Amino acid sequence: MFFSLAAVEVGTHLYWNIAGLTVHGQVLLITWLVIAIILTVAVLGTLKLEQVPKGLQNFVESVYEYVAGIAQDQIGEYEYRPWVPYIGTLFLFIFVANWLGALVPWKLIELPEGELAAPTNDINTTVALSLLTSLSYFYAGFKAKGIGFFAKYIRPTPIFLPINVLEDFTKPLSLSFRLFGNILADEIVVSVLCLLVPLLIPLPVMVLGLFASSVQALVFATLSAAYIGESIE
Amino acid sequence: MNPIISGASVIAAGLAIGLAAIGPGIGQGTAAAQAVEGLARQPEAEGKIRGTLLLSLAFMESLTIYGLVVALCLLFANPFVG
Repeated sequence: MFFSLAAVEVGTHLYWNIAGLTVHGQVLLITWLVIAIILTVAVLGTLKLEQVPKGLQNFVESVYEYVAGIAQDQIGEYEYRPWVPYIGTLFLFIFVANWLGALVPWKLIELPEGELAAPTNDINTTVALSLLTSLSYFYAGFKAKGIGFFAKYIRPTPIFLPINVLEDFTKPLSLSFRLFGNILADEIVVSVLCLLVPLLIPLPVMVLGLFASSVQALVFATLSAAYIGESIE
Repeated sequence: MNPIISGASVIAAGLAIGLAAIGPGIGQGTAAAQAVEGLARQPEAEGKIRGTLLLSLAFMESLTIYGLVVALCLLFANPFVG
């Protein structure tokens, strides 16, 4: 029983064929679940707005303030408002996805192939998220400065041009690898420990994993906001 | 499967993690030491120091994670095992 709970599968997926494209079904399932959870909480929290917030509305408001604080710290007081939805979506999606993967015993649900886990332990999810960040900082730069945005490539001197171009590729690469590696590493460490000692010993590592995955959500949101702020200023 | 390629991949995976852990280890130690120093000087700035420290520790940790990704590629998705 414990051993079947602890066994880890890396590189096996539940493949779905949709219109000629092969997708990883187990990732999509949990992604939809994460979206449903966030939407439900957001809709329920804003259903009956009151002047003096209480209960769920209070919680949702504090989440909003936290997320807006991340954007405000990195982008700046005057420009951060339009970017709160994007930064907030990144933070909430990654946070809920990581915790859902860590807290729910997905092994109890049998799949024909692959296993249910956090969607962020699939490199496709994290690459998609970080490419979105790339797109949005280009958009932010163009919107703020027009064609003058390209002047940043020859700053401080034109010698820096190759390094500055390279940076546009390393940014999404490091963002996606960081998130993917951290989440997958947590899962592998927990399952290896479970394989060795199935009881009690893995618990502190699991708690550490919860902590680390929430920090990773914060890091991803902060870095995205920092990149956007960098191209605006 | 070529046994030399398998053996070399396993050794390379171990080296990737081990070498990638050296630099961030030193860096995290330095960062934590400076944070403790800052705390001793200004205990009232604890919250801000802790937040910044955690964030920068996560950045340093990600360097080891790059090594880990390379190691995982070598172990589970090795392109050289034909």
